[in-house]
Amino acid sequence: MSRRRHSDENDGGQAHKRRRTSEPIEIEDRLESLICRVGEKSTSSLESNLEGLAGVLEADLPNYKNKILRILCSVARLLPEKLTVYTTLVGLLNARNYNFGGEFVEAMIRQLKETLKNNLYIEAVYLVRFLSDLVNCHVIAAPSMVVMFENFVSVTQEEDVPQVRSDWFVYVVLSCLPWVGKELYEKKDVEMDRLLSQIEGYLKRRVKTHVPMLQVWTAEKPHPQEEYLDCLWAQIQKLKKDRWQERHILRPYIAFDSVLCEALQHNLPPFTPPGHMPDAQYPIPRVIFRMFDYTDAPEGPVMPGSHSAERFVIEENLHCIIKTHWKERKTCAAQLLSYPGKNKIPLNYHIVEVIFGELFQLPLPPHLDVMYTTLLIELCKLQPGSLPQVLAQATEMLYMRLDTMNTTCIDRFINWFSHHLSNFQFRWSWDDWADCLTLDLEKPKPKFVKEVLEKSMRLSYHQRIVDIVPPTFSALIPAEPIFSYKYGDESGTSLPGYPVSITVSNAIKNRATNEEILAILKEVPNPNQEDDDDEGETFNPLKIDVFLQTLLHLAAKSFSHSFSALGKFHEILKNLTESDDGKLHILKVVYEVWRNHPQMIAVLVDKMIRTQIVDCAAVANWLFSQDMAHEFTRLFIWEILHSTIRKMNKHVQKIQKELEEAKDKLEKQQHKRVRDSGDDEDMEKNSEEDEEGQLEEQIERLQEKVESAQSEQKNLFLVIFQRFIMLLTEHLVRCETGSVDISTPWYKNCIERLQQVFLMHHGTIQQYMGTLENLLFTAELDHHILAVYQQFCALQL
Amino acid sequence: RSCRSGSRSEWTTVPSSPAKVTWLCCDFSTMSAKLNALTSDSYIEVSQYRDQHFKGNRYEQEKLLKQSNTLYVGNLSFYTTEEQVHELFSKCGDVKRIIIGLDKIKKTACGFCFVEYYTRGDAENAMRFVNGTRLDDRIIRTDWDAGFKEGRQYGRGKSGGQVRDEYRQDYDPARGGYGKLAQQHRSTERPNSF
Repeated sequence: MSRRRHSDENDGGQAHKRRRTSEPIEIEDRLESLICRVGEKSTSSLESNLEGLAGVLEADLPNYKNKILRILCSVARLLPEKLTVYTTLVGLLNARNYNFGGEFVEAMIRQLKETLKNNLYIEAVYLVRFLSDLVNCHVIAAPSMVVMFENFVSVTQEEDVPQVRSDWFVYVVLSCLPWVGKELYEKKDVEMDRLLSQIEGYLKRRVKTHVPMLQVWTAEKPHPQEEYLDCLWAQIQKLKKDRWQERHILRPYIAFDSVLCEALQHNLPPFTPPGHMPDAQYPIPRVIFRMFDYTDAPEGPVMPGSHSAERFVIEENLHCIIKTHWKERKTCAAQLLSYPGKNKIPLNYHIVEVIFGELFQLPLPPHLDVMYTTLLIELCKLQPGSLPQVLAQATEMLYMRLDTMNTTCIDRFINWFSHHLSNFQFRWSWDDWADCLTLDLEKPKPKFVKEVLEKSMRLSYHQRIVDIVPPTFSALIPAEPIFSYKYGDESGTSLPGYPVSITVSNAIKNRATNEEILAILKEVPNPNQEDDDDEGETFNPLKIDVFLQTLLHLAAKSFSHSFSALGKFHEILKNLTESDDGKLHILKVVYEVWRNHPQMIAVLVDKMIRTQIVDCAAVANWLFSQDMAHEFTRLFIWEILHSTIRKMNKHVQKIQKELEEAKDKLEKQQHKRVRDSGDDEDMEKNSEEDEEGQLEEQIERLQEKVESAQSEQKNLFLVIFQRFIMLLTEHLVRCETGSVDISTPWYKNCIERLQQVFLMHHGTIQQYMGTLENLLFTAELDHHILAVYQQFCALQL
Repeated sequence: RSCRSGSRSEWTTVPSSPAKVTWLCCDFSTMSAKLNALTSDSYIEVSQYRDQHFKGNRYEQEKLLKQSNTLYVGNLSFYTTEEQVHELFSKCGDVKRIIIGLDKIKKTACGFCFVEYYTRGDAENAMRFVNGTRLDDRIIRTDWDAGFKEGRQYGRGKSGGQVRDEYRQDYDPARGGYGKLAQQHRSTERPNSF
């Protein structure tokens, strides 16, 4: 955990900043450094380093006890992958100083309470695991640990609490057992058996409606995608059958057994799990991602089975390493590759599986998608002789199983693969995938290749893509991303809008004013109006068409040119899109002209929302419209939709934040007034009251703004869900009446896109559950559609 | 110390700052320390580079760099488009705008650009995950920028492009071939063959 800079010239790191040796190094800094670094590569053995460090810390206890306590509490919480190193250290300290051991345990309990209060459930697991391993180090008495576990498991008896709450307490207990199961069973086997039996009962009656929504693949073969508690239970069962013999975990305390078993143990203070609070955010359930087994790693060490405790421990540790180091990809890659015990396992396979497991995790990956791409690139750099092959093998496997892969995961696979290829000159054995050429283009495999090539083109250019794929793949190559100007070619001259398009074009080139252009546009005939009854500003699609086609054509050179055009003629565009019809039509025209350049469509739609030329609901309606039905399964459609939803969400959050800030300001102001009352002269009192009055007004305005924004947000989701329901119902009814199988590629895509909306925005959608249930997801709905809603509800039950 | 103005390849040294002391919180009520060793985030740190043309003092520049949402992106191919930059950098968040760096004389792309995000957090992710990876087959470099101002989109080399292309000796087909100085030498060296 050093402050090493990444000074490799070959990729953008920071220049190495040499530490000035003349600087006085604070004792605390040194202590922190010593403690954080123990366990890293060293010329001495881990045992001698721990021994040495224990001596140093013991000597510093009189003066720096609190600092040391806090540092140790931190590493327990933040460096779970080095759990046993630090429990050993604490064990040694406890053996030398019983009081310190007691204080540390108390501090840990306080910290545990804090983390639970703050919804930091992942870190709380690490703390409990640390405590349980302290049993192995003779710091904590086994019976008191069992009591804590019993208290945790008793949560399963609570009534009217979300299942995810009791899930967490069961998970914590089970996840400690690979570390401490043996010791606890030796001391308290009857109690432990009772505990496990209670857990078994709970697991049997748990509701698992949520599972299908979280599985990366729908197929059970070659590896079942198990619910996380089921998998862990199976692993613990097997461990128990093996009489708790666990051989993977590095246990430095064994070497110190003679010292440690002389130590006096502490009893954990009785710990009552904090009660359920309505605003508690328990972790949502997961499905364990499996893509490899021992048959996939051809030579070398055998991969531990999916139901082995070893597999659990390895994956936990690898996840922890990523969680600790994700911000620094070089360190992260190095730490992953230097995993202790790596010689006994096919480490590259574990790493690749864990990384893809996170990337494909539903509802959302723990970290930004692009982090995983660059992490894999770093790993390839550090292990050029072995890791790229495993990665290629994994890619091949993922491709083979596309038919049953969740659409959201396919999206991420597309983005990852194209970005990865762009870092390796797009080198790939495309011919290996020639099987996709014989399939219908809507099937997952050819669709995947098509989308990958489209994304690859965005990162390069059209000719590059033509060059990198075999000629047999030409049907999958994306169209050249050029503008389609209806008034541009021969046939355009006969169109009704043609004459005006010339006039407008010249006007724009001659820098005419907005008024002048609007006057020109007035001449455009309105195909919607039968006679010339002047109804004022009725919606005229041809006007929009002529103006926008011409403008965008002139600005087609780049994104910046187009943005500039939208900005310059904002007034006209707002004028043309006053009505909902107008908004819809402008989107139609944008699509028409840029249909071969989906990336441009996306950025233009983004700009138009941000400059309020169109609103979010209009975009949603447009995407679901009949005109866009033929593009409905393309990735860019969903990228636009989700980007639109995100903009809406950010907008609401922004105003809410402004409101909170104004409220805080008012509160401070009011406190100040109370504090200062009696001291001030009348003049100051008045100005203070004025300020408060202004703030109150501002708060009222912001309150209205928030309500209006939330209403717009709710409406957006209603529109989207309504459209989904309409489309899906139509399909299901049609299939039923025609006695046709509902499972077409289109249907799989559509139903999983509905799932995707729930999953990607589950936090925001939660607040509108009532409305959704009352208005849309009622019992009358086809059960296929209702199932998606029920699975979503089950995520936080 | 020598410093060629505006060049990214010659770092100007930052004036020595007072010794950085890490104070651990001495508050008894905090449960655990915020460990500096564990919160390392070196990829997002401000580099040694300072814009010589910046209007303001070093302190002001540093302040802006620390709050900026804008990144300078270097080592681009002259042929890399705004679209490609947008696609890559959008992986870290919504991009507010991209300004392609231009040759001052020719007004054509000369191998750098600015990428501005809506939030600092997104720009930080670009420093962590895009800096040092490839775009158009070239390793690109990102660095904090104090903020785009009109005029900063032009190269500051004598020949109109970037300073780094004035003096380099290597042949880079994606950046106009040989460095400008080397090109001149080559043209004077070539024997007149009529």
